[in-house]
Amino acid sequence: MTIALSQFNEVRLDRVSREFGALNALRDVSLTIQRREFIALLGPSGCGKSTTLNCIAGLLPVTGGAIWLDKNRIDTLRPEERGFGMVFQNYALFPHLNVRQNIGFGLKMRGIPRAEIDRKVNEALSLVHLHGQENKLPGQLSGGQQQRVAIARAIVIEPPLVLMDEPLSNLDAKLRLEMRAEIRRIHNELGATTIYVTHDQDEALSLADRIVVLRDGVVRQVGTPKELYEGPAHLDVADFMGFRNRLKGNVVAVENGRALLDVEGMRISGVARETLSVGSIAYAAIRPDDLVLGEAGGNALQVRVDTIEYRGREFVGTAHSEGGLDFVFRAHQPVELGSTVHLQADDQRVLVFAEPIKGRK
Amino acid sequence: MIRDTTLGAKLWAVAVWSLVGFFVINLLAMIATVVTSSFATRWLGTWLPLGWTTRWYSSAWSEFQLWDVLIVTFQVVGLVVLLSGALGVTAAYALARRDFPGKRLLVLLFLLPLLIPPITFGIPLATVLYRTGLAGTFWGVVVANLVPTVPFVILVMIPFIEQIDPKIEAAARVFGANTFKLFIHVLLPLLLPGILAALLLVLVRTIAMFELTFLVAGPTSQTLVVALYYAVFAAGVRAVQSIDAMAVVYMATTLVWLVIALRFVNPTQIVTRAKQQPAH
Amino acid sequence: MEAIASTAHVDHGPNLRQRLAAKGFDAVTLLVVPAAIFSLLLFVYPFAFGFILSFEPKSGGWLANYQRFFSDSYFYDTIANTLGLSVPVTLLNLLLAVPVSFRVRLMRRQRLLTTILVLPITLGTVLVAEGLLNYLGPQGWFNRTLITLGFIDQPLRLVHNYWGVFASLVITGFPFTFLLTLSYVTGIDPALEQAAATLGANAWQRFFHVYLPLLMPGFAITFCLSFVQAFSVFPSAVLLGEPAGSTRVISIAAYQAAFEEYDYSMASSVAMIMGFVQLAIVVLVLASRGLFYRGPASGAKG
Repeated sequence: MTIALSQFNEVRLDRVSREFGALNALRDVSLTIQRREFIALLGPSGCGKSTTLNCIAGLLPVTGGAIWLDKNRIDTLRPEERGFGMVFQNYALFPHLNVRQNIGFGLKMRGIPRAEIDRKVNEALSLVHLHGQENKLPGQLSGGQQQRVAIARAIVIEPPLVLMDEPLSNLDAKLRLEMRAEIRRIHNELGATTIYVTHDQDEALSLADRIVVLRDGVVRQVGTPKELYEGPAHLDVADFMGFRNRLKGNVVAVENGRALLDVEGMRISGVARETLSVGSIAYAAIRPDDLVLGEAGGNALQVRVDTIEYRGREFVGTAHSEGGLDFVFRAHQPVELGSTVHLQADDQRVLVFAEPIKGRK
Repeated sequence: MIRDTTLGAKLWAVAVWSLVGFFVINLLAMIATVVTSSFATRWLGTWLPLGWTTRWYSSAWSEFQLWDVLIVTFQVVGLVVLLSGALGVTAAYALARRDFPGKRLLVLLFLLPLLIPPITFGIPLATVLYRTGLAGTFWGVVVANLVPTVPFVILVMIPFIEQIDPKIEAAARVFGANTFKLFIHVLLPLLLPGILAALLLVLVRTIAMFELTFLVAGPTSQTLVVALYYAVFAAGVRAVQSIDAMAVVYMATTLVWLVIALRFVNPTQIVTRAKQQPAH
Repeated sequence: MEAIASTAHVDHGPNLRQRLAAKGFDAVTLLVVPAAIFSLLLFVYPFAFGFILSFEPKSGGWLANYQRFFSDSYFYDTIANTLGLSVPVTLLNLLLAVPVSFRVRLMRRQRLLTTILVLPITLGTVLVAEGLLNYLGPQGWFNRTLITLGFIDQPLRLVHNYWGVFASLVITGFPFTFLLTLSYVTGIDPALEQAAATLGANAWQRFFHVYLPLLMPGFAITFCLSFVQAFSVFPSAVLLGEPAGSTRVISIAAYQAAFEEYDYSMASSVAMIMGFVQLAIVVLVLASRGLFYRGPASGAKG
């Protein structure tokens, strides 16, 4: 392996802001990325994750703050001076250049001798398993192959940092899983540092060492996949982490990091994730996986079943309460539609959040 | 459109096609008249001429000094094509890729010379060119012809540039291309078909541009179409066939380029810059 | 990474280049400057110059040219003459172009037809005038055919009058109008019509309720462009019409003022009036366009 990525210690975003219209704005994004880390920027569309990536790449100017590569400030440099590798959402392969020329483009721009370009391109080709396709034009390749060319093109220049902007969003489901594994393999083999933008929490959870959840241009939470999955810090992060049941209620009691909510007369207790005061409005968030049939434990809810879907080993059902709250739950056996059942959730698995502040742009 | 098969719809179709047929037949007959006449020995009061000859061509060639006129025409057209390409493509690139205050005003400025007929702005333009002494000269003709062609290139190229994914340029930049390299290695190869099409259209339009050339040309800076106008205007001085021979020479020059242009562009683009959808 | 600036030299916050770039001004934007200067110098300046010059007549007060234009029927009749030609011709061309483009849209081999139609535009008005002089003349094929077919006994007088110019405006104007119309008609997503059909609309209803509202803005623009072309008729009005009589159009008046009387001031006035009438009609048509739907015509973004 002679593709050796330039080394550095950290990339630091220091209160990076970008004010440009209401959408895609960033506010005071601070983040430190260590060498060899795989960081996923996660969030819904318009949350600023792609904007962050483009600011790091130099494709968008920042309007405040700074970006540092070790002791060097890079946010004032032109993109061509930064030397990062980037994989674009729709690959952005040069349509008039063949696979070999596409991959070698960055090396050619650097004025590297032909023989060395050939050698490095060959290595990149074998790294992404594309030998035999090198003379084809991008239009003649399948989506997966284009994706591989885009990755090869980004890593062949041996960048300190590889930026990926939703690289899998144009692929079908099967190929997406395959390329996901490929991306992680290449990252590990090269010892690369990767910043990966996605709106798919599965992708982020399975790929990343650390996940940065963005919303409305603000960092909401940073943590390992496990930290985020088990302990989302805010309701919107929980939303993103698959807590599909959100029950709005009033805080009845707060004690030892636990909260008791009154939801339509039903009592629900859970772990308080934010500071709560008695009498305020709060939300209890529960994963469908943690909401099961039964009334033995605490947090019992009486609901009427609306739908039942077969999901292989188990069933997923939807139901509503008398007060009109909707629920998604898990069941091991089919339940009759329209029947009234009891659902329960372990109070360790119920997270309680304060009401989100409205009116944030 | 959904095809109807009712009788009414069929009659309607027949009516529409008859109309098109009538138009096309008259158009072709008109052109055939010119060609026939140019080869006629004598053609008066009969369906076809009495005899055939090519001598009108040699007489037209010398009478109208066609060789000089053709040289001037091609020099004017060549310069107009090159200059409008250089000015137009760069401006189109800026307008396609950047949003800046005043952009709409600028686009309007480039749109106006295409919307306003040449004779309307040609008269004040000629006035200014006569004051500066450029009118009557070769360069006066070139400059006047550039007024509509630069905006034309801009407006043809803007959608062409816009359909090139800006991400491709972003990729080139990220991978180390500076502006010059970006242009040589990425933009030029991708834009070449569009530039070629735009410039061929400019070429065809400039050969046929009568009004502006007519208003500013002097005796030595006339293009073919203006020479043809003077010949027709002074009909009676020369034999009709001689004028028609010149008209055929003019047609040939235009049509050669039209045929070449049509290899690269859709005929619709000659009047509009809208791209046609592929047939369904 | 030698190019990376060192810490000490830069303050916090973006530099000037980036701040300008955020507003849309950077090196790329500057590429528009040469063409903009060119247009200002050779389009805007002459117009402004002509406008001012039109108020500096050879003799009389500052409005003398305009007073002369509107008091002398030799001048003011040209407006009526030109409108009398251009309005009917434009309406006729548009009226013919609409059904034809709907029909041609169904064709698989449109290209042959569009190529034939592009001929008269490419060849230009001078050649069409020369061709029509022979073709529509008393001895021309057109009159001969009509006599042979028994429609008429005497050749029609079709050249050196109104109808000669009219014919030339149809020959060059119809293809122009048609190709513009065609591009608007083909720009409409066929799925919209199919949707209307599945909802029970017949051909006439589909045209009236789906196509027409979507096409109105396009038709308005087509009308404007075609009208402006017809209004500026010049060579064929001289060669095919009676330039001293019924087809003395406004551009002839402007030309004569400039190049026969050498009165550039008067010529500029006539050109300004010509431009004003064109503008007035265009504004009138486009203003009425505001009454119609003006969004995309293809459902998806376009």
